[in-house]
Amino acid sequence: MDTAFLPPELLRMLIAALFVVTVVFVNALFMVYAERKIAGHIQRRPGPYEVGWHGILQTLVDGIKLMTKELVIPRDANRMLFRVAPLLAFTPVVMPFLVLPFSENLTIIDMNIGLIFILAMASLNVMAILVAGWSSNNKYGLFGAMRSVAQNIAYEIPILLSLLSVVLITNSFSMRTIVEAQISGLWFCLLQPLAFIIYLIAALAETNRAPFDMPEAESELTAGFHTEYSGMGFGLFFLGEYTNMFIVSSVAVAVFLGGWSGLPLPMDAWTGAFWFLLKVYILMFIMIWVRWTYPRVRFDQLMNLSWKYLIPFALLNLIVTAVIVKL
Amino acid sequence: MSTYVFIAEALFFAFVILTFMGAILAVRARLLMHAVLGLAVCLLGVAGLYFYLGSIFLTMMQILIYVGAICILMVFGVMVGYTPQEIAESNFKGKNRFLAVAASFTGFFLLLIPLLRATFTPALEKTGDFSLPWLGETLLYRYCMAFELISVVLLAAIIGAIILATGGRES
Repeated sequence: MDTAFLPPELLRMLIAALFVVTVVFVNALFMVYAERKIAGHIQRRPGPYEVGWHGILQTLVDGIKLMTKELVIPRDANRMLFRVAPLLAFTPVVMPFLVLPFSENLTIIDMNIGLIFILAMASLNVMAILVAGWSSNNKYGLFGAMRSVAQNIAYEIPILLSLLSVVLITNSFSMRTIVEAQISGLWFCLLQPLAFIIYLIAALAETNRAPFDMPEAESELTAGFHTEYSGMGFGLFFLGEYTNMFIVSSVAVAVFLGGWSGLPLPMDAWTGAFWFLLKVYILMFIMIWVRWTYPRVRFDQLMNLSWKYLIPFALLNLIVTAVIVKL
Repeated sequence: MSTYVFIAEALFFAFVILTFMGAILAVRARLLMHAVLGLAVCLLGVAGLYFYLGSIFLTMMQILIYVGAICILMVFGVMVGYTPQEIAESNFKGKNRFLAVAASFTGFFLLLIPLLRATFTPALEKTGDFSLPWLGETLLYRYCMAFELISVVLLAAIIGAIILATGGRES
């Protein structure tokens, strides 16, 4: 191939894009199956069992079903925005993959403000939910969207504050530097336990998962902001949700749980990626576990938790960290 | 022309077009919701221009603050305030139309006067250290006063908002 037309760096980005799309789809396939199986076993039933061995092909078949379904647009909906919303929801969720440090040599771009990049992309997600809920012209959709925005604004603040206290220690927003600081020293979940707990709670809320799934509370809002969506429109929201879980857990692993560090294994270059993914999937298992264990909180409890407890404690933690770092 | 230069130039024009399209949508839209989203697109285009200029930090801040926070608050306001049918009725008609045109032309000419009188000198190519630490230090040492004054203005705005909100609740 003519290298002048397609420089190696560009080729690398194309491969990276392909890699990201693959990870997104495989992760969603795996997680949906895992979620249904774990939920089943927690509720003393087998979960999906019919398609393939122990129902292992169930999600694949469900995915094909979703893709072949018609995308129905409600008559009174705002057509353009209704179609744009799923794309808007999916794009920012994929972007953070660019800066995630899978292992010491498996990072797409080592941006010096990687953490800010992830936070900026996370803030775009809310816009998509709002557009989806509003354009459906459905009261459940609108209520779901309004709850979602109130919740996301409230929980973005503790996330930012808890990550900032780590940034104060490492003096860098680069994901790689943060991980390397933990390899040479203590993991930040031991150094910053309060920030870690606050991040975990706020991350659960940020991904709109139970016990904080107010925006899509089935029993009150049918499906919240994506009530009117069918086929792949709904599919993209669904994919986005599971990818978001992956991103949130990856950030937790990279910032608090030592990233790719772990015991040495005979896997050469893949050791780092193995440990990273293992930690990510353990965290995601915990998120599923929490979802099927705790009931949904009330909306006022949700707001109180963030504004009256998480934010003051995160601020206090930040101030104490700043003082200690300065001394 | 190498592929990189071509991509960079193409992106520049893409961002400029995005900015203009967003701005036109924000002004022309009949639906208030479309106008706010047009503004969001416009701000995203501006973020892209910062990216073209090589400042990823400003790009991210533009997205985080303007698109991610301010536009969302505006959309929230629109959603709480009106039903879709109400928003569909434009008030851009009759006497309002002439007033709007007159106001925008006045604004345009007022902006044009200093623009024509100014002499533009091309910016020097990277005259110093413009890194992030430099930015932070100048903001917190040399321009500390301005920084703090802006914070006071924001604080006043927050207190005002709280007073307005609680006043409405009691009445």
